[in-house]
Amino acid sequence: MFGTNTARKDMILMASFIVVVLAAPIIFQPIGAGYPDLLQKFAIFGIFAVGFNILFGLTGYLSFGHAAFLGIGSYTAVWSFKLLGMSPIPAVLFGTLAGGLFAFLIGIVSLRRAGIYFSILTLAFAQMSYNLAYSVLTPITNGETGLRVLNSDPRILDEKNAEYTGSLVSTFFGVEMNGYPGFYFCGVILIITFYFALRLNRSPFGMKLRAIKSNQTRMAYTGFNTRPYLMAAFVISGMYAGLAGSLMAVTDPLAGAERMQWTASGEIVLMTILGGVGTMLGPIIGAGVIKYFENIFSAFNDQTLNAIFDFLPDTLQQGVVAVVSLFVGSGWHLTLGLLFMGIVIFLPGGLMEGFRRIYRMIKKPDDDKSDTPAASTAPAE
Amino acid sequence: MSLLEVKGINKRFGGLKALDNVNIQVEENTIHAIIGPNGAGKSTLLNCLVGKLEPDEGSVTFNGSSLLNLSPHKINQLGVVRVFQTPEIFGDLTIMENVVIPALAAHDGSFSLNFWNRTSSRKEVMDEAEDLLRDMNLIDQREMVASSMSRGDKRRLELAMCLIQHPKLLLLDEPTAGMARADTNNTIDLLKRIGQERNITKVIIEHDMHVVFSLAEKVSVMAQGTVIVEGKPDEIKGDERVQEAYLGGAHL
Repeated sequence: MFGTNTARKDMILMASFIVVVLAAPIIFQPIGAGYPDLLQKFAIFGIFAVGFNILFGLTGYLSFGHAAFLGIGSYTAVWSFKLLGMSPIPAVLFGTLAGGLFAFLIGIVSLRRAGIYFSILTLAFAQMSYNLAYSVLTPITNGETGLRVLNSDPRILDEKNAEYTGSLVSTFFGVEMNGYPGFYFCGVILIITFYFALRLNRSPFGMKLRAIKSNQTRMAYTGFNTRPYLMAAFVISGMYAGLAGSLMAVTDPLAGAERMQWTASGEIVLMTILGGVGTMLGPIIGAGVIKYFENIFSAFNDQTLNAIFDFLPDTLQQGVVAVVSLFVGSGWHLTLGLLFMGIVIFLPGGLMEGFRRIYRMIKKPDDDKSDTPAASTAPAE
Repeated sequence: MSLLEVKGINKRFGGLKALDNVNIQVEENTIHAIIGPNGAGKSTLLNCLVGKLEPDEGSVTFNGSSLLNLSPHKINQLGVVRVFQTPEIFGDLTIMENVVIPALAAHDGSFSLNFWNRTSSRKEVMDEAEDLLRDMNLIDQREMVASSMSRGDKRRLELAMCLIQHPKLLLLDEPTAGMARADTNNTIDLLKRIGQERNITKVIIEHDMHVVFSLAEKVSVMAQGTVIVEGKPDEIKGDERVQEAYLGGAHL
């Protein structure tokens, strides 16, 4: 971890990350994911997953209610649009702060317990928030319909046009935050937050969080007050979630309660485990894979399948299509489930562990000697 | 004044009286051994010193201030550091990190939110950790994950983690349990050397009489929750009550 070249490795990691994010529309074109709506989702859920990993990956505390902060970020952002105007800057700032504030309040209670009890407490809070948003808090959340920006809202910083009847879009210095500009707005924020997470990971604070995960008893007898460390990690990851939620509202100014449901909380856990808990890139890759499946695999139908397997003899083609169609279209969850099972059983370190194994297999033959103990034992990014 | 003064502490678990009016005084810069048969209350006493348990009655004074009602991390920050019976180390972290973390606790206190600078930029901490690892003969394994060490090495690592905090009082719970004689002797030498170099007062709980008589300057013998005899090792050796407590009445 303290090797002299980790700083250089991090520079390379950061540089390649920036290139991949900025060139994403080109890079993901060949697999059919190069369109802005999906790229925005990659970036937003990437931010969400990076933040979740600061809590789960470093401290080992598994929050099962992180979608609550996502939803709160979205609602706050939409309220910022309604009251202040359609600029994404206040929306993102207030969304992030609201996520952090709620994480602090929920953390006061939840962090009194560890392990499964912590997970259950966070889950309970998230479900409470979801149900409140649906029913009692309707004046704030607009209940089932979802919160949207209306032309009659105050929007004190905007120049209003009473005749305007179209839907309102968040605009940043005259650029509408949908399509590619929307993606690049999210992408730049993803780069910034990724850099922050990388710094945190390599700092004494990050190391202490990993030490808490490893042996909390020893931490206490080593003179550390573990509670404020856990609280700080929880609040930071809540702010990441709030930020992701507000970006969802920036790219599409609408907030609904279903964003806070437990399935959404479970999804972020899946993304992180799929990609690799505690790794830097893993959670982003996991988020990307799941969003890709959700959007691309679910769009496959029998027609597209027939086109793909056209080269087969007729009867065989029908059989193959019949089988494969179970795994695509509305059955994409089945593929995801199988993939997830495979990963958990064969690659407990997630996709990142798979990449590391492949990398070592390729690397070994040429320079066996440079593969020092440090390289094989230090947790990679 | 003694560095550590335990006065009249009692601890009950339900009907069982684990500690019954225990008085112990540990003088500065000495090695004080606490011996006694299983169930004598030695570990309970240690737990009362580090904040894991609160005694029902009595007082624990360290360096002039009370240790009662303080959480473990506060007691540690006062300079009371504990080595556990089974090594408590950070198994998922490297050996170097295992030593750097307690060094940070000694430098930065119980909470510091430094999430921006690289740990490796803390030159003084890194140097101190490397020096100690060299001294403890662990430097070659510095990047190894701690859980993959042998048991003896884990004990040495835990001792290194405690020493880097510059404790005033080091509490050792059976530091040689389950060790071969050669390793035991190495540990004895190490503990002696540390005592001379660093002026650390030590309290050792031990079963192995060989260790006790090679190290301790003062011995307290506990049985059934109370101190039955106290004195220099030579005085203890011949005491009939000690032999009775250990050997059930048979004479050596």
